[in-house]
Amino acid sequence: MSRDDLIRVRLEGRFGAFRLDVGFDIPAHGVTAIVGRSGAGKTTLLRCIAGLDRAAGTLSVRGEVWQDRTRFLPSYRRAVGYVFQEAGLFPHLSLRANLRYGLDRAGKRPGLAFDEVVSLLGLETLLPRSPAKLSGGERQRGAIARALLSRPRLLLLDEPTASLDAEARRELLPYFERLHGALDLPVLYVGHDALEIDRLTDRVLLMRDGRIEPVDRAAARAAAEIALAGMSEEEIHDLAVSALMASR
Amino acid sequence: MDLVIHTTLLLATITTVVLLVLATPLAWWLARSRSWLAEAVAAVAALPIVLPPTVLGFYLLVALGPDSPLMVVLHPFGVRTLAFTFTGLVIGSVFYSLPFAVQPLRTAFEGIGEQPLEAAATLGAGPFDAFATVALPLARRGFLAAAVLVFAHTIGEFGVVLMIGGGLPGKTEVVSIRIYQLVESLRFGEAAGLAGGLAAFAFVALFALLMIERWAGRRRV
Repeated sequence: MSRDDLIRVRLEGRFGAFRLDVGFDIPAHGVTAIVGRSGAGKTTLLRCIAGLDRAAGTLSVRGEVWQDRTRFLPSYRRAVGYVFQEAGLFPHLSLRANLRYGLDRAGKRPGLAFDEVVSLLGLETLLPRSPAKLSGGERQRGAIARALLSRPRLLLLDEPTASLDAEARRELLPYFERLHGALDLPVLYVGHDALEIDRLTDRVLLMRDGRIEPVDRAAARAAAEIALAGMSEEEIHDLAVSALMASR
Repeated sequence: MDLVIHTTLLLATITTVVLLVLATPLAWWLARSRSWLAEAVAAVAALPIVLPPTVLGFYLLVALGPDSPLMVVLHPFGVRTLAFTFTGLVIGSVFYSLPFAVQPLRTAFEGIGEQPLEAAATLGAGPFDAFATVALPLARRGFLAAAVLVFAHTIGEFGVVLMIGGGLPGKTEVVSIRIYQLVESLRFGEAAGLAGGLAAFAFVALFALLMIERWAGRRRV
């Protein structure tokens, strides 16, 4: 695999009492899920990759350096798409104007056309509406479309379904699957939903206390053999997900 | 009489425009800064609320008088003094009404939160771009409130304009001072007319402000 096909992350930083210390290379294609307990630093990691929070270290995406010892590109100079937990569509703009916001600032980067993204996410009839007149699921589809139209080289999804009820999540899943097939775009996905992770992701990173833990079959099995007593449901869940992914 | 009203409205309009321009960057910085220095600056900006207008007026009179260092700098440009001039009146009003512009703007900017600005940044908008296309439109109710408050407060000022302007007819005499002078000369009838006008205006301004708040509250849902 050539150097250009990787996302290389070496980041270290303190955020109050929390310490982020990660180093990993992942292929710059497909969907990588980041799992771990809440508080493990998943969102902080995404924010540092997006340049919203500042960690020291190096970061490059397909050979394009976003930060190293001498450089730190601010968020608006990074070709990154970020979908927040709450959709974060601009309330003063229509859905159409929201989608155009990123597209108008994307410069000459290649990517899907406006109409393609709109139809991929089924937004055709919703374009004139204000975000306040959209359902939670529609807002998240809009936020994903807006991020895609900013022509990112890396898409970050930060628990995109966390604010949705079960029904809205189920509605969103087919769109994620269509995207998975249609995009030649690396995606980092933070989430809890086992169904999403199972159906949508190509690989899993497990995060604990600000670090990435290696996930392989042996480790997953060993972890599973550790007495489960004293573990939270969430931890057991994470382990189960890791084991599932490792056994593919 | 028309001249006095004209001077008053002109002063309030200019003050409002100048203050919205000056207070916007200040309020933005106050809303975004995490330094304790911001609170010190905010306290200075809020001083006119608690200071007697005569104190503020006194300092301004000294600063804008012919012997002040500030005016000495301006002498080569043909400006000897700004005391008892309309320009001096505008400067005084800007200081006096500063908190009424800064407070609502700061609150409005703080109310936006980080997220829309972070979203704008990840979509490729630089700081000025994000400010103009996201922060300003989202803070528009703050601007509306600031404009109404500053305009009304400038019309309602008395002490500062008397100190710095001297109430020169046709030049620096505003409605509130005319009322005082009418009462001094026992012309109660005319004073009552002007006083009633100011009271009605103040009511309309505050009512409009509360309606803006109410509309804002409903929109936020």
